[in-house]
Amino acid sequence: MSLTFKDGARACVPTLLGYIGIGIAAGVVGKASNLSVLEVTLMSIIIYAGASQFIITGLMMVATPITAVIFTVFLVNSRHFLMSMATAPAFRRFSLINNIGIGSLLTDESFAVAMNAIANKAPITPPWMHGLNVTAYVAWILSCLVGALIGEWLPNPAQFGLDYALVAMFIGLLYLQLIGDKTKSIRNRIIAMLTVTVMLIFLLRFVSSEMAILFSTFAGCFMGIIVERKA
Amino acid sequence: MSTYSLLIILGSGIVTWLPRIIPFLLVRKLQLPDVVIRFLSYVPICILTALFVQNLFIVKQGEFPSFNLEYCIAAVPTIIVAILTRNLMWIVIAGMSCMALIRYFII
Repeated sequence: MSLTFKDGARACVPTLLGYIGIGIAAGVVGKASNLSVLEVTLMSIIIYAGASQFIITGLMMVATPITAVIFTVFLVNSRHFLMSMATAPAFRRFSLINNIGIGSLLTDESFAVAMNAIANKAPITPPWMHGLNVTAYVAWILSCLVGALIGEWLPNPAQFGLDYALVAMFIGLLYLQLIGDKTKSIRNRIIAMLTVTVMLIFLLRFVSSEMAILFSTFAGCFMGIIVERKA
Repeated sequence: MSTYSLLIILGSGIVTWLPRIIPFLLVRKLQLPDVVIRFLSYVPICILTALFVQNLFIVKQGEFPSFNLEYCIAAVPTIIVAILTRNLMWIVIAGMSCMALIRYFII
């Protein structure tokens, strides 16, 4: 008996709280950053990526040029490429349309659940994967919408510190990234982060904020691979 | 909704979608050079550092940036909650609460 859509949906349940929490936060943050409920909801439907949605919101607040935002998002999402690279072989023998569907809704969490199932030799199928992905997708969209509505009912968001939600989210995402990424030594990560910080403060005097963010990120990545090579 | 946000949402949607599906189209062992993979693996940590640090400053053209004090102060308890809970929801709630308290009592 092969795994069904329903089994996939059930496999998604343990991760749902994560989507709901971050989705509501993304909605509140978006609203506090002057996006409309429609914009927040469209973002969750079309972009469907937590970190990217926060970063876009942050960049839009400083009126970053459109091409710079899109390029930044492209860089941030490079890890999706790596996750899809790791997932794709498991579905190679199924139809193209199934594969595109699976790839389109792949997230950090559904990737993790699927990889875990594969490691445990579960015979996963496209319907199972769709069940896992679609459940998460629906939960995400609804959470962002609810978050945006909550944000709309608050009259003066700054009074409640809502403008700080974005900064707090960056702190949280950075910390989780820092403890979650086991592929680099702590020393290399700290060197990369210090490079970014120094470059950013220096560049902020001479170029716009968004350019400083982009260039200092590049500098940090370069420094990361340089210290890796030397080690 | 402005054209600005619509174009950003659509453009970002495309560049998010393509890296998700292209590997499924090219499953036949396309191998990125190792150095590119390593470079990309630093992107999340670096960009989040840049976004965080940039938020701690008030930027003026032609001058070195000055600290945004209330944001810097609120960062301390937020980081502590991050370390203690490792939970995004709590981190955001802690950050906002600290900011609200700072605005109410200090500034």
